[in-house]
Amino acid sequence: MDTLIQQLLNGLMLGSLYALVALGYTMVYGILRIINFAHGDLLMMGALIGLSIIRLLQSLFPGMPGLLVLLLATLGAMAACAALAVLIERVAYRRLRNAPRLAPLISGIGVSLLLQTVAMLVWSRNPQMFVQLLPLDPIEVTAGDELHAPAITNMTAIVTVGIALSLMAGLLLLVNHTRLGRAMRAVAENPQVASLMGINPNQVIVLTFAIGGALAALAGIMMASNYGSAHFYMGFLPGIKAFTAAVLGGIGNLKGAMLGGILLGLIEALGTGYLGEATGGVFGSSYQDVFAFMVLIAVLVLRPSGLLGERLASRA
Amino acid sequence: MTALTILQNTAPRAKFGLLLFALALLLAPWLVGSAGGNAWVRTLDFAMLYIMLALGLNIVVGYAGLLDMGFIAFYAVGAYLAALLSSPHLLAQFPALAAALPAGMHTPLWLILPLAALLAAGLGILLGAPTLRLRGDYLAIVTLGFGEIIRIFMRNLDRPINLTNGPKGISSVDPVQLFGVNFARTQEIFGLRLPSVYLYYYLFAAAMVVILFACIRLQHSRIGRAWLAIREDEQAAEAMGLNTRNLKLLAFAIGAAFGGVGGALFASFQGFVSPESFSLNESIAVLAMVVLGGMGHIPGVILGCVLLAALPETLRASMGTLQQTLFGQVLVDPEIIRQLFYGLALILAMLYRPAGLWPARTGGAR
Repeated sequence: MDTLIQQLLNGLMLGSLYALVALGYTMVYGILRIINFAHGDLLMMGALIGLSIIRLLQSLFPGMPGLLVLLLATLGAMAACAALAVLIERVAYRRLRNAPRLAPLISGIGVSLLLQTVAMLVWSRNPQMFVQLLPLDPIEVTAGDELHAPAITNMTAIVTVGIALSLMAGLLLLVNHTRLGRAMRAVAENPQVASLMGINPNQVIVLTFAIGGALAALAGIMMASNYGSAHFYMGFLPGIKAFTAAVLGGIGNLKGAMLGGILLGLIEALGTGYLGEATGGVFGSSYQDVFAFMVLIAVLVLRPSGLLGERLASRA
Repeated sequence: MTALTILQNTAPRAKFGLLLFALALLLAPWLVGSAGGNAWVRTLDFAMLYIMLALGLNIVVGYAGLLDMGFIAFYAVGAYLAALLSSPHLLAQFPALAAALPAGMHTPLWLILPLAALLAAGLGILLGAPTLRLRGDYLAIVTLGFGEIIRIFMRNLDRPINLTNGPKGISSVDPVQLFGVNFARTQEIFGLRLPSVYLYYYLFAAAMVVILFACIRLQHSRIGRAWLAIREDEQAAEAMGLNTRNLKLLAFAIGAAFGGVGGALFASFQGFVSPESFSLNESIAVLAMVVLGGMGHIPGVILGCVLLAALPETLRASMGTLQQTLFGQVLVDPEIIRQLFYGLALILAMLYRPAGLWPARTGGAR
């Protein structure tokens, strides 16, 4: 029981991070029908930029309270990544809107490689210690007994899940109940007709990328806070997994991305937690990353439109 | 026979080009070797391996239009097969096998190459069968996942039975031994002293030419034309009566087989395989070669390979010394600059030359 609760807690934390990143994939896909391959690297840039801001603030104002530092760094990193996402759209995707499907994907791979290289140049190849500003002290959730360790969590994880969930709720409100949200849905439906109705599709697309970039940066900082380190390659796996989450929930569907993210997090945590036991220790936690890929392949083969997605016409 | 027909059917200008290509292929190691020494010939060896890989990927991406981002997995499978079949690793794990083979595990290359091709092709079909219904961009991500899964398994299959020796990899793989010639040693043939890297160069070049020839024949065959039709418009191709599923599977299998052969040669050449040689970045590197050179156009693909394979060595030689003289130390690792180039090459190629540096002459390449 303690193990189960522990894995559920881990999965929820991981899943809310995946969901934040998956939203970026799904919004861009919903409007442009492209996979922004560099989205995972925005997460990485967010974490590293946030780290630099924290270091800067701490050296300038040594007495500043930790929570304020973290808040400022997070906002700064989100703004920076929003700008970066807009830049990526402008440079790598805008010219390719009417190109064959593979073209934006390949240029996205290029951008991803480029961002990783820039990160290596600026922050070096070595993992950077991420400054802990929220307490990581264990909080016991269950009592535990002699045989089982109690299930634990900590403040960082709680804050992560809380912020992620409230931001998702905010995004749903934005998309479903504001003028901008209506414009976004209209452009996703049909850009030409939307522009006839007085919407500027380019503006909407830029905003979509900006929101996605900001969410990815937030996820990056949360991930780095939870694991205590940040490095140039940290965006790749979460990026792929978040994409899996978006596909699992039905790509193009916001609620789907959230559901898919949290489900994937839970699958991964439970799978990793019980795989060792189920196979008598033959397959251990080193196979954690295989789960996401298996889920991806299974979903695409069995239900390509995902859990909540509408059926998309095949456009080769 | 078929080689003759090709010669007869080619225009004089193309014939001249072929002759030039053959001459360059024969003389390349001597030119490069006298200018830069054996390290550069080694680079050339790798360029040959990359050409084999890129030609294989070109069938999948360039002809059939299926973006495979886990292509390096087939290379890895070929390499691991060769490593297992010609190193002491398996015998050390299974004493029963060691008793059965007192002379040790030394499978000849003649057997390893077809096995590697078959295994990789089988894996290609296994991967392709469930995924080929997917749209192009989904397929890319799924193949990427497949490549990662293969690598994760190679890294972790040292338990329960030690099959791959985990992250440490398999070492002391036999060097190539053909016609009683050991490729790991300097050999003297007709009074010419041929160091090991030269021997491997000619072996790889020969294998590359075989693959190249197969590619050219495939491209002009009924199958090749069918692939192009699928690439241009899958629904139309299906309406014309093509069995698109089988044709796509065939593209996957043939491309994979070439990758497997390249991998087996790589393992014998290196004498060592480990999971880290087969990371996603390698898949992207091969993809960059195909895309930069010209998807679906063989001379372009070869050009892309030579350019990008020579790049790291060139950078190491030039950027390293340049920085040394300018700043008194190496500030930026040439390896990082190489990645920068790969990234830029992919973006710029897509933005400004979507058909590559040396595109096919007829029609759009995609």
